[in-house]
Amino acid sequence: MLWEYSPSPEATDHVRIASRYNLFIGGKFVEPHSKKWFETINPATEATLAEMAEADAEDVDRAVREARRAYEKVWKKFAPSERAKYIFRIARLIQEKSRALAVVETMNGGKPIKESRDIDIPLAAAHFFYYAGWADKLEYAFPNRNVSSIGVAGQIIPWNFPLLMAAWKIAPALAAGNTVVLKPAETTPLTSMMLAEIMMEADLPPGVVNIITGAGATGAALVSHEDVDKIAFTGSTEVGKKIQRALSGTDTKLTLELGGKAPNIVFEDAPIDQAVEGIINGIYFNQGHVCCAGSRLFVQESIIEPVIRKLRERISTLRVGNPLDKNTDVGAINSRAQLEKIQELVDSGVEEGAEMFQSSCSLPAKGFWFAPTFFTGVSQSNRIAQEEIFGPVLSVLTFRTPEEAIEKANNTPYGLSAGVWTEKGSRILKMAQKLRAGVIWANTYNKFDPASPFGGYKESGFGREGGLHGLAPYVKLS
Amino acid sequence: MARIGVKKTYKLFINGEFPRTESGRSYPVVGKGGVLLANACRGSRKDLRNAVQAARKAVAAWSGKTAYNRGQILYRIAEVCESRAGELAEELRRQGSSAADARKEIERVIDRWLYYAGWSDKYPQVFGSVNPVAGPYYNFTVPEPTGVAGIIAPEEPALLGLVSRIAPAIVGGNTVVAVTSESRPLAAITLGEVFETSDVPAGVVNLISGLKSELVPWLAAHMDVNAIDATGVTPDKLADVQKAAAENVKRYVHFDGDEIGWTDDRLSQSPYAIFEFQEMKTVWHPMGM
Amino acid sequence: MPPMTETVLAPAGRSLTPVSFRRSLNDALEMAHGVDAVAAEERASSLAKRSLKKDSKVWGLKLAVSMIDLTTLEGKDTRGKVWALCRKAVRPDPADPEVPHVAAVCIYPSMVAFVKEALGDSGVHVAAVATGFPSGQTFTEIKVEETRRTVAAGADEIDMVIDRGAFLSGDYQKVFDEIAEVKEACGPAHLKVILETGELANFDQVRKASLIAMYAGADFIKTSTGKVAVNATLPVTLVMLEAIRDFYHATGKKIGMKPAGGISNAKLALSYLVLLYETLGAEWMNPDMFRIGASTLLNDILMQLRKEKTGAYQSGDYFTID
Repeated sequence: MLWEYSPSPEATDHVRIASRYNLFIGGKFVEPHSKKWFETINPATEATLAEMAEADAEDVDRAVREARRAYEKVWKKFAPSERAKYIFRIARLIQEKSRALAVVETMNGGKPIKESRDIDIPLAAAHFFYYAGWADKLEYAFPNRNVSSIGVAGQIIPWNFPLLMAAWKIAPALAAGNTVVLKPAETTPLTSMMLAEIMMEADLPPGVVNIITGAGATGAALVSHEDVDKIAFTGSTEVGKKIQRALSGTDTKLTLELGGKAPNIVFEDAPIDQAVEGIINGIYFNQGHVCCAGSRLFVQESIIEPVIRKLRERISTLRVGNPLDKNTDVGAINSRAQLEKIQELVDSGVEEGAEMFQSSCSLPAKGFWFAPTFFTGVSQSNRIAQEEIFGPVLSVLTFRTPEEAIEKANNTPYGLSAGVWTEKGSRILKMAQKLRAGVIWANTYNKFDPASPFGGYKESGFGREGGLHGLAPYVKLS
Repeated sequence: MARIGVKKTYKLFINGEFPRTESGRSYPVVGKGGVLLANACRGSRKDLRNAVQAARKAVAAWSGKTAYNRGQILYRIAEVCESRAGELAEELRRQGSSAADARKEIERVIDRWLYYAGWSDKYPQVFGSVNPVAGPYYNFTVPEPTGVAGIIAPEEPALLGLVSRIAPAIVGGNTVVAVTSESRPLAAITLGEVFETSDVPAGVVNLISGLKSELVPWLAAHMDVNAIDATGVTPDKLADVQKAAAENVKRYVHFDGDEIGWTDDRLSQSPYAIFEFQEMKTVWHPMGM
Repeated sequence: MPPMTETVLAPAGRSLTPVSFRRSLNDALEMAHGVDAVAAEERASSLAKRSLKKDSKVWGLKLAVSMIDLTTLEGKDTRGKVWALCRKAVRPDPADPEVPHVAAVCIYPSMVAFVKEALGDSGVHVAAVATGFPSGQTFTEIKVEETRRTVAAGADEIDMVIDRGAFLSGDYQKVFDEIAEVKEACGPAHLKVILETGELANFDQVRKASLIAMYAGADFIKTSTGKVAVNATLPVTLVMLEAIRDFYHATGKKIGMKPAGGISNAKLALSYLVLLYETLGAEWMNPDMFRIGASTLLNDILMQLRKEKTGAYQSGDYFTID
């Protein structure tokens, strides 16, 4: 008989979400000049969670001016060791409020509570901890150079890891002595607002971190603001290129963390059950809303049959549904627009003749859902093998020789990440060297750590986040 | 009767060879007092295309060489520059430098090759790292060449400026397509002969002379170029270069020679110049029994 | 074949044709690829985080009771002690008739006849360790003879140990042959093969030993004797379940699994069931295919079941120590 796990929902009664959030500028919440608010919803239920202020160009200007004032008058003058203390405080406060943050992250973004609880929130805290320690040690990171801060950093983050991306952006910026204007994604602004409350509770000087909500126009206004010294963007390659173009002819420093279409390569001598876990984790983690998702699976032809069989078996055990349930493996798609994009690309895969396998899981009636899916019989030229789907959809291809695997894996404009599965040590190192990507996961996948630099080659962007290398985008060397 | 000298035709340097421009065009290079020094190749976008193809083909073998080997080759370049120092200095002098300045520039050129030769097996130790992640994983970061670099050399100093930008790119395993100083290309093109006789594999450095206004937009927009060094682009044209570079998210590199100068040996040469043409690759592997 | 949709192992639309199974060491070694230790441990620990509440918890706990091989394997075992254990096995919680009897009582060979009588027609099986348990360091002839006599005395199930000395020195043939011989000596009795994973050094070896045991004729593979420092763990069990899965796909033959030693509380027992359910599926969720070798586990499960019934956390004073 089937073992039905009884519902095991994470409690939400300890979480307080305001009905309306204003803009966090100059250390307090202020009404937007636009006098406009937009709704943010729970993608698993489509219920409205809160109203968010929509920052217009005037609001952006106000935030940048506050950041500038805080930079010149306050933050720049702090001893680095004192800056560190604030960043440590933020880390601690995130830990103290970890469960509430996890619950809100899941409600607003649709990701399973087990991921927000065990990955997003702890990593966000760890990131602040890591960079707090750097604040008074910067000269050790850049030998034979004088290190100084840049000024005001404008940061634009995506909706797939809302709080974690905020941490990736804010922590190194503050550690290096800059002030920040952060714009979270319009579909997932709530934990950024909780982070704003944490900044207040940490007594961070007003204006050092400003958080403004809004959509693309708000981001564009931030990018084009003349008094911003540095832009850091994580999101699509399309928008990244627009930003790079928009900043041409300016002195604004830029880092981009963009899209990907990562190869995950399984050799015949791989530890196969762990490889299958890695494939699953590589593409279905966070509903596949991961820029470094292992969306192109390359399997050595000699083992394609057992790999496909194991994938089918494993995909059928994924528990799709209420993201707040502690046993949920795959949650809700982040938005209706994203769901439509996934569906469109999946339709193209079927049309182009690839064979689709979908988990037979039942999907809730309300909200945005997509069953874990993979395609076999995919060729390099199919759209599903070329374009970033950003959903729980895997394309399976085969190869015969390592050279062919490398050639096909690198045959993409992207270069964010790659996976390799083999028991042979020397092959791991050679593959790691040959794959043109910024992060190589060998016999593992989708691992993140504040000490580990992350970022892409080619059209996946430039600059690194995390680790010592993550400081470079936020300092001036002389 | 005095012997009639043999004049050199200044050609392009592509894929280890010295072709004339496919355009068949040339432009006059003039020295002091308007003296015609040579008819340099007026390189075309098709020459650039050929050069990028050659550079792309050369990436795997060049970046695959050991660091020690690349260091040896850069050292060899220094040696050959030293032995041809008189000729190079003479070209600089004909292009307008005083004899003393020309001599000094050549000395610095030689020393710069030497400086970067010595970095070949050291910068990965300066910029790489082993990262202490919170889990049973071995995690390290290594610098890797970004690929094909397009370099626009400054007008002045024609040779030192070019060498100061090429050397950090190639010591890090990149291959280069460089647009030489438009007004003073002679020594730069002779540098191609240095590469050709220094065990630098074909395609690793390609030198195109011509009009920057014709060449730079194509190089900046080329989809198979990974990084663009706009050091020799005039300020009014920088925005265009950056805009074109965005098409394939090129790495944008710019050295402010006017501000920093080319003789400050702390700032005009450094491992940070190598770093600008590098990607950081991070590798994870579990540690278990 | 039964309908496939309810099981993990047989995805919809795909039929599984049992391949003929032959005893072959080579087949076993061919399937013995490496196991990545870190990833196996991560998978096991992520499954252990499943949250089981209410009905699913009660269902799982009762199932766990029915899978227990209630065990006493001490030099100081007496008839009195073993008799008490048998009573507990047949009726674990006299106050709650809904609690099922355990799967088997597991004892040394000398107790088999007595236990057979004590359990009568309760449905609880008699399981006995044999083959020079726990070290296995005796003559093959003795192991075979011990097995034969133990079965003759009334054992339904034999828990044998492999020759770890032979295994670790690379003499897989000896390990394989001995299992095959003992299997033959078992006759109608089921054979559980103890790998003693705590002595096998790593997961690669565990997988290899699992496959050797299955190809040699084991009906069950079992982790541990309970007599060494490291006994059953979740990741070791996962690796063995995965070997069972691969063996099933290769041969069509279903092998049972028995983790033993160190599974002392209800939460951990449920984690083992989750591991089983999400690796091999519903068809393995019964005492014919899965056992838990334990002694103190039973009382903790009884306390948890009582807690689910009454809503109050329980005290050990209200549950008999047998």
